[in-house]
Amino acid sequence: MENLIEYVPLLLRGAVTTLALALVSLALATLLGGLGAMGRINGGRIVRAIVFTYTTIVRGVPDLVLILLIYFGGQRLINLAGKAVGLDYVELSKFWAGVAAIGFIYGAYLTETFRGAYMTVPAGQREAAMSMGMRPFQVLRAVTLPQLIRFALPGYANVWQVLIKSTAVVSVIGLEDLVGLANDAGKSVREPFLFFTAVFFTYLFFTWVSQTIFNYAERRYALKEHGDAV
Amino acid sequence: MRFDLVLDNWHLFAGGMWMTLQLTMLSLLIGFCIALPFGMIRAKSNGIGSKLINAYVYAFRGTPLLVQLYLIYYGLSQFEWVRDSFAWVVLREAWWCALIAFSLNSGAYATEIIRGAVQSVPAGELEAAKSLGMSPFKVNRLVLIPSALRRALPQYGNEVVFMLHGSVVASVITIQDILGVGRTLNARYYLAYEGFLTAAALYMALAFVVVFAFRQLEKRYLGHLKISR
Repeated sequence: MENLIEYVPLLLRGAVTTLALALVSLALATLLGGLGAMGRINGGRIVRAIVFTYTTIVRGVPDLVLILLIYFGGQRLINLAGKAVGLDYVELSKFWAGVAAIGFIYGAYLTETFRGAYMTVPAGQREAAMSMGMRPFQVLRAVTLPQLIRFALPGYANVWQVLIKSTAVVSVIGLEDLVGLANDAGKSVREPFLFFTAVFFTYLFFTWVSQTIFNYAERRYALKEHGDAV
Repeated sequence: MRFDLVLDNWHLFAGGMWMTLQLTMLSLLIGFCIALPFGMIRAKSNGIGSKLINAYVYAFRGTPLLVQLYLIYYGLSQFEWVRDSFAWVVLREAWWCALIAFSLNSGAYATEIIRGAVQSVPAGELEAAKSLGMSPFKVNRLVLIPSALRRALPQYGNEVVFMLHGSVVASVITIQDILGVGRTLNARYYLAYEGFLTAAALYMALAFVVVFAFRQLEKRYLGHLKISR
């Protein structure tokens, strides 16, 4: 037990890396999901086909496969490019390889979430807003987005809960996140059970906190009826 | 691109495919055996047993599968009494540890699915069975469970794909599943794209087969509810 206490600062650093990885990946996934949903809804035939291929392929491939593909494949690409321009060996960042892979995967899921939420906003409301002379951007900001947030929140919360657990596998390429550091530390002091139990409860804590936050947000953005307290 | 090296090693991939299928299907089967009674208890009672099951479900759904696997494979070896016990024959093998971790994980997710499905069976169906004079056991066996399992099909299909994809972490503890073979090729020939792309294609093919199979099952067993497309 003394060993664990000694390693708390190290594990906290790992936890921060895990959280940062999850949040940056979520930002990338949100961006890709937004673009994908826009492509699915407003795009021409080619754009729609690209988005469809993206969401179909990505959802068929496990996260770790894509992470290894991006990390080792990307490294080889960099090596080739570096040799061509005569640069020294450049190492691909494990953190950013993880962000790219996880953001890319969950962007596909969010594309579906956002598209579904957009479809739930009745078209009549957009048409009404446009007929009042609002510009497309104004319609989006004042009419579509506020409702889209409400409809997309449950799906978004779901994706986040899966995403944060998915970050654990980035430790496989050697990222010093919570799992990676606990693995090394636990083995060096010969108390792996203790260290992984700590990791186990840290993840439970993360998912519990996120659940609480999303429950609050869902209540906050819920359709308010007469007499409802906020 | 050297896909000829992948072709030369096709037997490795065939073995990996078998390993992935074996681990996934066995864990789904064991997970289902855990989930059926647990899900029924969760749906029907609120006592201490139900609360304990909920704690299990919450813990395994709220943590990464990789951490659960590490906890069993690396973690348990910390204790001398585990290493001295008869269970060590099983617990020192990566394959058994993966099977235990995956089964417990799948059991937790499936418990939640079955709980929801049992609760979604209309009360009228059960009342009708009861009014025909069926004993509670008979109602469960002939009406509740078949009806609930049909309703669980769409979500259970997702769980099967989830488990298939989740099983890749077995490769981390040296098991030669599909991804394990991809990693072996990467280490042996430095085949980053070919090995991993082949693995990705195989997983994708398996996932599509599962999705297709469940669509057919839904047509067959859920057609009367018109839930399937």
